[in-house]
Amino acid sequence: MSAFSQLRLDGVSRRFGGQDALTDLDLTIETGEFIALLGPSGCGKSTALNCLAGLLPLTRGSIWQDERRIDTLPPERRGFGMVFQSYALFPHLTVRANIAFGLRMRRLPKEETRRRTAEAVRLVRLEDHVDKLPGQLSGGQQQRVAIARAVVFEPSLVLMDEPLSNLDAKLRLEMRTEIRRLHQSLGLTTVYVTHDQEEALSLADRLVVLREGRVQQIGSPRELHTRPANWHVADFMGYRNLWRGRVARRDGSRATVESSGQRLLGEAVGDFADHADVVVAVRPEDIRVDGAGETSNALSATIEVVEYQGRELAAEARTDTGQSLHLRTEQRIAPGDQVKLAIDPQRLLVYPAGATAETDRLADTPAATR
Amino acid sequence: MSAAGPGRPSAHWRHRLAERGIDRQLILLVPALVFVIALFLYPFFYGLSLSFQPTDGGPFSDYARFFSDAYERGTIWITLRIALPAALLNVLAAVPIAYRMRGRFRGKRLVTTLLVVPITLGTVLTAQGLLNFLGPTGWFNRILLATHLVDEPVRLTHNYWGVFFSLVITGFPFAFLLVLSYLSGIDPTLERAAATLGADWRRRFTRITLPLLMPGLATTFCLTFVLAFSVFPSAVLVGNPAGETRVISLAAYQAAYEQYDYPYASAIAMIMGFVELVVIAVVLAARSRFYTGATGGKG
Ligand SMILES: Nc1ncnc2c1ncn2[C@@H]1O[C@H](COP(=O)(O)OP(=O)(O)OP(=O)(O)O)[C@@H](O)[C@H]1O
Ligand SMILES: [Mg+2]
Repeated sequence: MSAFSQLRLDGVSRRFGGQDALTDLDLTIETGEFIALLGPSGCGKSTALNCLAGLLPLTRGSIWQDERRIDTLPPERRGFGMVFQSYALFPHLTVRANIAFGLRMRRLPKEETRRRTAEAVRLVRLEDHVDKLPGQLSGGQQQRVAIARAVVFEPSLVLMDEPLSNLDAKLRLEMRTEIRRLHQSLGLTTVYVTHDQEEALSLADRLVVLREGRVQQIGSPRELHTRPANWHVADFMGYRNLWRGRVARRDGSRATVESSGQRLLGEAVGDFADHADVVVAVRPEDIRVDGAGETSNALSATIEVVEYQGRELAAEARTDTGQSLHLRTEQRIAPGDQVKLAIDPQRLLVYPAGATAETDRLADTPAATR
Repeated sequence: MSAAGPGRPSAHWRHRLAERGIDRQLILLVPALVFVIALFLYPFFYGLSLSFQPTDGGPFSDYARFFSDAYERGTIWITLRIALPAALLNVLAAVPIAYRMRGRFRGKRLVTTLLVVPITLGTVLTAQGLLNFLGPTGWFNRILLATHLVDEPVRLTHNYWGVFFSLVITGFPFAFLLVLSYLSGIDPTLERAAATLGADWRRRFTRITLPLLMPGLATTFCLTFVLAFSVFPSAVLVGNPAGETRVISLAAYQAAYEQYDYPYASAIAMIMGFVELVVIAVVLAARSRFYTGATGGKG
């Protein structure tokens, strides 16, 4: 209810039976921030959100709102608004009554309740539907009711659990803009759960990437986009080309990697020494097709599959050494074309491989046949 | 018309029927329908026509006889006085228990089984148990006497209370099972959403769960009421069948098998059915004022 200047999650953990769903989440949320919790399915995003909302008790850790400990408070005393993945609109109440629910619970004067409800209705553009029941609305309209209901009482924190996952592509884009607009115009503090990296990048001020219940990286969209902390994050952030390899030489932030019988030069991220097993990560859009004449990181390949994607083409190619790779280009290419590919060494990231079991699913490389 | 001609109009016709909610597979229901007609509708209309053919007097004279005799007429009130509170108590008691038990917890199956066991007992065994437990020399009274809480045994059997307890014991499991299944049909996320909007458990229950549950409670009430209204064995076994628990089914029984006046017994049965219908109609009319659509649960 009261605004805060900082919300601090301190080692927040949650176990289900013997299984860790969330482990040691440390995060400080400043007021006004838009935070995205990002990660693959089952990584503990909803668990984290429910712990914040008070719908799940913590097994370990604490949550602090400035100097006040709030993880022991029940959800109704935290005053956080929440948008559920399934919307959870009250089916027996009209749109207006759904939106007014939070204000009624706070026993505000009738006049103020009416005024603020009308304002919220206008904000999400549902003036024509206020007297309908949720069952009579389209998915996008229900979505907007859910958002209006969660923000109308001006909560100090708004939690959203994949609110756009049930919508079609066009509506998803529209609602994305809508959410960002509401966040700014109402001065909200938002924690937004999604498994869509594009959505997270476009909405959030700061991203928290989770994997198997653990934080992998916290950073700005730019940091996550250009410099994922490990190859799992890279995998998740759209680095579709992940190859195993072995370090030939490390030289400060530069590393020369032996992969598929080719020598590649790239940026070293993380700790590893010469001869270590590594994973190389490249975005499809960072592979250039006009590689003729390049000296480093040039690959000759044959185009195998081409998908038309508007301005760009997405293609799958196979190098002469048998490596399959994904690329995007605006140039006209067709299956069967022989091309020279090139990768800017700054865009080729080299990560320590970690446990072998995890890299097993990656493309076969000399590392596998050593 | 080509060879495809005859096929098309028939498909068309089937579509039109389907649009009106008529499905040709409904034919499969015919055997069941025959069964219902033979076992229910036929006896009903037979009884109805019999009730208009009294042994003497005009077609309505048996009805007139029932309503002009205060002793007979009173059975309606006696039965309602037992059945309505018993049905109401069953439903009201089932709600908090089912509400507490809707989630998953250890031992749920055991508790549910214990609560449902009385269904399997049957009325006679229940009556015997009641006599043993609540009778003048039953354990309950013996404990009260031994602890000097009372000087004389409390009369809890062979009167109104005996029948009432018996109806609660046999009716509660029905009500409980029905309410539990209605409750599990309500999406638990709705209450969580209400919690994040600032509703404490009391208001989550009264504003969200209860309104969504009301239609189910109305149906449950109707079913347990019908069960209680046709009470017969316990009215004889643990009640006072000559006096305060002379229920309407007892009056019909006496007309049929003690006076062998079938037309009069039929008339009483018709009146009994009519009273039930009135109560159910009132409850269902009230039910239709609530939201009866989907509640998003597992159904
Ligand atoms: N009530 C529960 N009982 C047992 N395990 C659970 C429960 N809820 C979640 N889990 C487990 O905790 C882990 C994290 O679940 P969570 O719902 O937080 O995932 P998520 O990141 O939200 O995934 P998604 O994107 O699919 O919604 C999963 O492995 C899940 O199986
Ligand atoms: Mg989830």
